[in-house]
Amino acid sequence: MNVQTLATRKVSPDASAKDAAIAIDDVTLRFTTPDGNMMTALRDFTMTVAQGEFACVVGPTGCGKSTTLNLVTGLLKPTTGQVRVMGNPVTSISRDIGFVFQADALFPWRSVIDNVAAGPLYRGEPKKEAYERARDWIARVGLARFEKHYPHQLSGGMRKRVALAQTFINQPKILLMDEPFSALDIQTRTLMQDELLTLWSELKSSVVFVTHDLEEAIALADKVYVLTAGPGTVKSVYQIDLPRPRVMADIRYDTKFVEIARVIWDDLRQEVQLGQRRTLETGQ
Amino acid sequence: MAALSPSDSSRPSRDAAIASAEMSAKVRARRRYALIIALRLLLLVVFLGLWELGTDTKVIDAFFFSSPSGIGDQIWTWITEGTSQGPLWQQIYVTLEETFIGFFIGAVGGIIAGIILGRNRLLADVFSIYIKIANSVPRVVLGSVFIIALGLGMASKVALAVVMVFFVVFANAFQGVREADRAMIANAQILGASPFQITRTVIIPSAMSWILASLHVSFGFALVGAVVGEFLGAKQGMGLLISTAQGAFNANGVFAAMIILAVMALVIEFIITQIENRVLKWRPAPFSGQGT
Repeated sequence: MNVQTLATRKVSPDASAKDAAIAIDDVTLRFTTPDGNMMTALRDFTMTVAQGEFACVVGPTGCGKSTTLNLVTGLLKPTTGQVRVMGNPVTSISRDIGFVFQADALFPWRSVIDNVAAGPLYRGEPKKEAYERARDWIARVGLARFEKHYPHQLSGGMRKRVALAQTFINQPKILLMDEPFSALDIQTRTLMQDELLTLWSELKSSVVFVTHDLEEAIALADKVYVLTAGPGTVKSVYQIDLPRPRVMADIRYDTKFVEIARVIWDDLRQEVQLGQRRTLETGQ
Repeated sequence: MAALSPSDSSRPSRDAAIASAEMSAKVRARRRYALIIALRLLLLVVFLGLWELGTDTKVIDAFFFSSPSGIGDQIWTWITEGTSQGPLWQQIYVTLEETFIGFFIGAVGGIIAGIILGRNRLLADVFSIYIKIANSVPRVVLGSVFIIALGLGMASKVALAVVMVFFVVFANAFQGVREADRAMIANAQILGASPFQITRTVIIPSAMSWILASLHVSFGFALVGAVVGEFLGAKQGMGLLISTAQGAFNANGVFAAMIILAVMALVIEFIITQIENRVLKWRPAPFSGQGT
């Protein structure tokens, strides 16, 4: 089968590119577990995300997908290897980074507008401007009538919209997303994916999007990284050449999409089965 | 494939049915509320009536157990003629003043200590053993120490109220800080918050519901501290009033003072609840329909 005709091809992860927004170069990460054992979370992990590129990371449960994000934020330090953001080694949390969490990380005691204005206010922007911009971002995610609501008064999808506005208002050059839509129902998820692509195309940030949903990854990404069952390392990288702008509701019926999904799934399935077998054998 | 639509021929009659169902639900809720109030009053009247009847017929000895009318008379006497230590209002005022100052110092100290130790693992590990020891000392006994050290004036009562309040508030503030959501803290960090901003805008608000819950309990403790302090030795206050009544075998006096203290505690409790509702207005309302 000729891979080239499928609008997807394997490419090699390469950390040497000069213009890379994110470069994770041959990183190994070990933890010491509470009972004193060493555990390897990532092994010889290499990944590059060019400026303005949308990269998705898929892999079996517990293979270290989220760990890669924490390396980029600087919350975790690599045991060996190097992580660079915008060409500079990561030392502390960069102001260029935005992070959308899987769990609800909004501040429940703040109204929608106070939540969205939080970033600029933390960064020392004057109150008036911060709230003006917050109002603008809330309108952009379609919640203009909900400025004064508290998070518990909103649905899951609306809370995710607030989380997107809260992150995007800081205009991050690098956007990290840790299974952000996994808790949403399928219709809402499709809407949110469209919303995300619209916001992303305006902001042109580099994105690392971690998900366990292969279809979501293909639909959103320029590049899909498939990780091995833990300790995680890059198994293969696929370039997704589906045209943009993409419409989430339709793209999964596209024949090209279906072909790509089949190829990558063949690759991913072995790892998923391996991961599952290991979990069942070790009981962890 | 034909799309089917549900028929809507019966709309007006259905709207009317909904309206009348809502109406009758409201009426039922009102009736239930009235019934609860009536039953509460009935219970009170029956209880007081039986007590009064018991003492009238000498089944209960009013000398030891007082009687509702005796207590009422006592309170009335205190209001109109004053107590043996001066006007009743002054006794209430003195006790309240001690309670409030002790409560305030203890609560603020407990909150600050709880937040500092909650945010700093090393300090928490070092101090936790001493806090446990200090907490296991029966604190009322400290009252005697304070009276010896600080005299019969206000300071000894305030000190006792402070130690009564401090540990409760401290334990809750500490726990509240520890329970603060990891994702929320990470979110604030990435949005650009400094450690101090995280404490102020994430840690303290999320510990607030724990802290406020402890304030309910600890206000009662502050009152106990003040009254016990007065009991052990004082020149004024509700505790002394009880102690004097006890010395004179005046059961009416003891019960009357007790009721006055209970009313004081209830009023303050009501005020704290009001403040709590204002501060925590972001919280989802508890499942409604269970009004008091």
